[in-house]
Amino acid sequence: MNSSVLWEETLPGSSTWSHILKRGTALRLEALEDNCNVGALLLNADNFSERLNLPDTLKAQHIARLTTGAVLYSDMARILCSITDDTLGWHDPLGGCSDRTLVEKKYGASTYQQARNNWHQNALDGFLIELEKYGLNSRDLMMNINFFSKVEVHDDGSMHFIPNHSKAGSAVELRAEMNTLVILNTCQHPMDPDPIYAQRPVKLTLKKVEAPGPDDPCRTSRPENARGFTLTERYFL
Amino acid sequence: MPEKIIKTSPRLPEDAIVSVTVDAGDPFVHEIRAGQYVRIVDLEGNQAVDTLFYNAHNYADRYSAQDTIREQQNIYLTTGTKLISTERNVLLTIVADTCGRHDTLGGACSCESNMVRYDLEKRSMHACRQTFLKGAIDWSQHTGHSLDKRDLTANINFFMNVPVTPAGQLTFADGVSDAGKYVELRAEMDTLIAVSNCPQLNNPCNAYNPTPIQILIWNADEADKSIHV
Repeated sequence: MNSSVLWEETLPGSSTWSHILKRGTALRLEALEDNCNVGALLLNADNFSERLNLPDTLKAQHIARLTTGAVLYSDMARILCSITDDTLGWHDPLGGCSDRTLVEKKYGASTYQQARNNWHQNALDGFLIELEKYGLNSRDLMMNINFFSKVEVHDDGSMHFIPNHSKAGSAVELRAEMNTLVILNTCQHPMDPDPIYAQRPVKLTLKKVEAPGPDDPCRTSRPENARGFTLTERYFL
Repeated sequence: MPEKIIKTSPRLPEDAIVSVTVDAGDPFVHEIRAGQYVRIVDLEGNQAVDTLFYNAHNYADRYSAQDTIREQQNIYLTTGTKLISTERNVLLTIVADTCGRHDTLGGACSCESNMVRYDLEKRSMHACRQTFLKGAIDWSQHTGHSLDKRDLTANINFFMNVPVTPAGQLTFADGVSDAGKYVELRAEMDTLIAVSNCPQLNNPCNAYNPTPIQILIWNADEADKSIHV
């Protein structure tokens, strides 16, 4: 098992990270503290106009939460990544990302000049800066995932952030079914009621994995996903 | 099921400056100036109207589903909902709604997603993202302003019912709309509206029978003119 590990690194809190996750590799995210949050954007690295489409992802699988067995669809109905392992049972597709105004209102302004690398950053600016590195910009933003966070929706439609959802050691694993530009940001969830600006780190593990077989749990979780895998596999023929 | 807020509009159809019927499967792309009102009428009932909004002066600044629902702490759109952009501007506000609830999580149907959701053979059936792309191509050609696939982000589905449960399930339910129901919005800034009148035949979002809609636009209220002009 360990022999398949390509590398590990720690992503500090309030940080942005990106990598083109190759088909046949996986990315494991492990919370190193309680109440971590990892915002994520996904794009087809071979054609950036194709990217994560959360409405398609949710409606194809009739879900408003992400966990093991779920797959992450692009707008072209292909699977960018599958969720092959998850210790939590719920990752948030609804809450979106923080911005400068929200962070300043909640935690106060804090500049780099004042606070060096403990300054108050926000997820939107982190995403935009990282997108620029690939020649992309705000037109390439999409609805983001928040791994390790949970937002529950009641029958009246009201949204409720559930505190203390993730613990140190909580982990989720993404298997790339396509070459996927993964952009991660570790700022707090925008609905996190914690009044303290907290930088919570996660461990990233990159590894080689086997291609999904005919009885792969993500492929068999729903008939829709079987068709999604077929369309994804055709893309590489 | 929560009680829905029903609010009618004082504006009269005969005072509208624009009144068009949009058939199912057709796009409608139009600029709406700050202070103007736009109404979408579900003429025959249970018709999903897939809609996107942009800052008319900067299409990169456009409707954001996640920011809109987080700001109001509720996933359903109705009277009072402020439509928030990716740059956190208020594009429009819903000022009247006789349906009571609209979806913004279900996205727009596409040929590709129909293959996943229904059958690989469904590719050639008409779909909203075909309509949106046609609308974007025509708009770009007519105005010289670039609008393309990258701008087709998570949309609003007026009159569509997509309940989410506390257990985290999402379903497409029968429509909550009916013939003649409408939703009306006031533009808080100059906006571009892009509509796809949904042609989907594979699920109950249009009651398996896509039908025409009407779109009406009014100029700003006299009382509002000092604010907006």
